[in-house]
Amino acid sequence: MSTLFLALVITASQILLGLSMLCATWRMLRGPRAQDRVLGLDALYLGAMLLLVTYGIQTGRTLYYEAALAIGLLGFTGTVALGKFLMRGEVIE
Amino acid sequence: MIQAPDLPAWAALIVGLLLLGGATITLVGSLGLLRLKTFYERVHAPTLGATLGAILILVASMVCFSVLQSRPVIHEILIGIFVTLTTPVTLMLLARAAIYRDRSEGHIPVPPDRLTEKKAE
Repeated sequence: MSTLFLALVITASQILLGLSMLCATWRMLRGPRAQDRVLGLDALYLGAMLLLVTYGIQTGRTLYYEAALAIGLLGFTGTVALGKFLMRGEVIE
Repeated sequence: MIQAPDLPAWAALIVGLLLLGGATITLVGSLGLLRLKTFYERVHAPTLGATLGAILILVASMVCFSVLQSRPVIHEILIGIFVTLTTPVTLMLLARAAIYRDRSEGHIPVPPDRLTEKKAE
């Protein structure tokens, strides 16, 4: 009974996270200016990271945790590089 | 697709509520990304998911693995610390870049730069 409840709740929260990733993707594709697209990308990788954590809870394996950590690190680097590019026109001066 | 770890009822209730709360808050933050009008309003919205949403989901994961392995498992706190530290840095950098771009183009009303005005005087 508790396992069925937990399975339904995990699936529901995965659907909610997927919807939030869809919103971020829409902002990334339609954003009127470049900074809106970077903001959408930031929200998108955050949603992907949280979705991987919920997959880790669902399967009970720690493999997904490491993937989520890697997404967090690389997403931060990507957003900083894009913000720097918007500011200066180049990434490494 | 429908599967779940075999947790006792109290742990299942805690993990479920934390997960559902975290996912809902993240969705609210992303909906703000859609609904708000200007970029300077939108830049606030996804931080809802980056702080409270991420922390709730990571605490759910910590509770789940601690009960499954019968020992404290807190390595998820690394993601929490990292996201909490990096989100303000990235979004402030992005907002400064947006202000710089809007000022240099000059057609969207943004407050003037007081430092450069004083230098010009």
